Amino acid sequence: MSTAAAVERYNDKVVRQFAVMTLVWGIVGMLVGVLIAAQLYWPSLNFDIPWLSYGRLRPLHTNAVIFAFGGSALFATSYWVVQRTCHARLFGGPLAAFTFWGWQAVIVLAAITLPLGLTQGKEYAELEWPIDILITLVWVAYAVVFFGTIMRRRIKHIYVANWFYGAFIITVAILHIFNNIWIPAGLGKSYPVYSGAVDAMVQWWYGHNAVGFFLTAGFLGMMYYFVPKQVGRPVYSYRLSIVHFWALIAIYMWAGPHHLQYTALPDWAQSLGMVFSLILLAPSWGGGINGIMTLSGAWYKLRTDPIIKFMVVAISFYMMSTFEGPMMSIKTVNALSHYTDWTIGHVHSGALGWVAMISIGAMYMLYPWVFGTKAMYSTKLIDVHFWMHTIGVLLYAASMWIAGVMQGLMWRATNEDGTLTYTFVESLVATYPYYLVRLLGGLLVIAGMFLMAWNTWKTWTLSRRVPDEVPVPMAANA
Amino acid sequence: MSAGVFNGIVTAVLLLAFLGLVAWAWSGKRKKDFEQASRLPLDDDNGKSP
Repeated sequence: MSTAAAVERYNDKVVRQFAVMTLVWGIVGMLVGVLIAAQLYWPSLNFDIPWLSYGRLRPLHTNAVIFAFGGSALFATSYWVVQRTCHARLFGGPLAAFTFWGWQAVIVLAAITLPLGLTQGKEYAELEWPIDILITLVWVAYAVVFFGTIMRRRIKHIYVANWFYGAFIITVAILHIFNNIWIPAGLGKSYPVYSGAVDAMVQWWYGHNAVGFFLTAGFLGMMYYFVPKQVGRPVYSYRLSIVHFWALIAIYMWAGPHHLQYTALPDWAQSLGMVFSLILLAPSWGGGINGIMTLSGAWYKLRTDPIIKFMVVAISFYMMSTFEGPMMSIKTVNALSHYTDWTIGHVHSGALGWVAMISIGAMYMLYPWVFGTKAMYSTKLIDVHFWMHTIGVLLYAASMWIAGVMQGLMWRATNEDGTLTYTFVESLVATYPYYLVRLLGGLLVIAGMFLMAWNTWKTWTLSRRVPDEVPVPMAANA
Repeated sequence: MSAGVFNGIVTAVLLLAFLGLVAWAWSGKRKKDFEQASRLPLDDDNGKSP
């Protein structure tokens, strides 16, 4: 390039903004989680204030960790990955900044309306219709920026991580729109167009694919870029990654009915959900093995690199949860597990184990890149964070597994004359110790997040250079 | 055509589509392209100064 004006530069500003907010919202969302975990042990912690009641804070926790923490991590990494693997600046000029500020506005509105009790009452789709419209606008802008960048790519091939990010963006758009077709009745109230079993099926088609595409496909895109990058070796099998992609997106879509076993949903639909959930084990483990085996020949790096530890344990939790999920979808197992804390244990081994750990690993890689430093301030602190987080998740998941199986067994136990052996309160009393262990696990996780914040702050103070100035390499290498 | 026959045909078509995908991904012609593609994350300089 002869003149400075002709040099195209990467848009790293929006990546940095989303990466920092990932940490901020991670701490906020997990703090709310710790508070409601404490409320289950000490119910008076709601202080008799309606805004702090469990029923209002629980959706705030789920929305904050999934859409604010997870969403910011996905925006940050997808914007980084699509630019670096396409050798092109983000398409759409100010649209990328709009997605950042628009998404932050959605999060702030959620944090205000949910404690006020304004809710659609659908799990993971609680936000009322004016916020839903804003989400739609931001998401369309996201799609334009992402796919516009892919269309301007200087590399012939579209790297596999972008396929996963792309599927995540398209599917979430479809899910969000169809589950939020509601008739407004005032600014903070609306009614769904669906009713009865159809409403339930639409909700769990949405809910399960939010897991499948928001919490899985998007983070698999992260895995396919950040794991090879940190290990310094290409992904174990690129061909397997292609089969993984098509098999995963084709099968996930049909597994939703397993959330509605033994309900008013037609029996064939329940069985269909179970069968597709069982088939889903194959692509899930195919992808997991592909991620883990990327380390083959470089296992020694696990001893010295805590970022690789974060990512390998993340993939291990991914494989555990995607084994556990199909098992829980089997109707006879579901008869025991449903409505118990086993479900909560399963969700958190996926969310804190897989989603949070792969994101934290990716963030520890991204911060030095977008702050313009050589590395994080302290590698030792990353290692301490790794152990705090891992032990925290294990305490959380194990206590909820035990509590859940115990609750399921107590609820179904009958005496010889057919009456129930235990009252509900007896099962609640038996659960108490496990709620305390869960709280301890959560406290370890949030303490680790504060450690990450301090490490990131110290890294920021080391930052010397304005990293937005990185030019895009013009010579295509593929 | 009964529902059972229809279901069978759909299952067979999907199975063939999957096998076709596997054959496509593993065909020798694409080996070099995929090897190049798999190096994309590694060939970049992470935004460090050139």
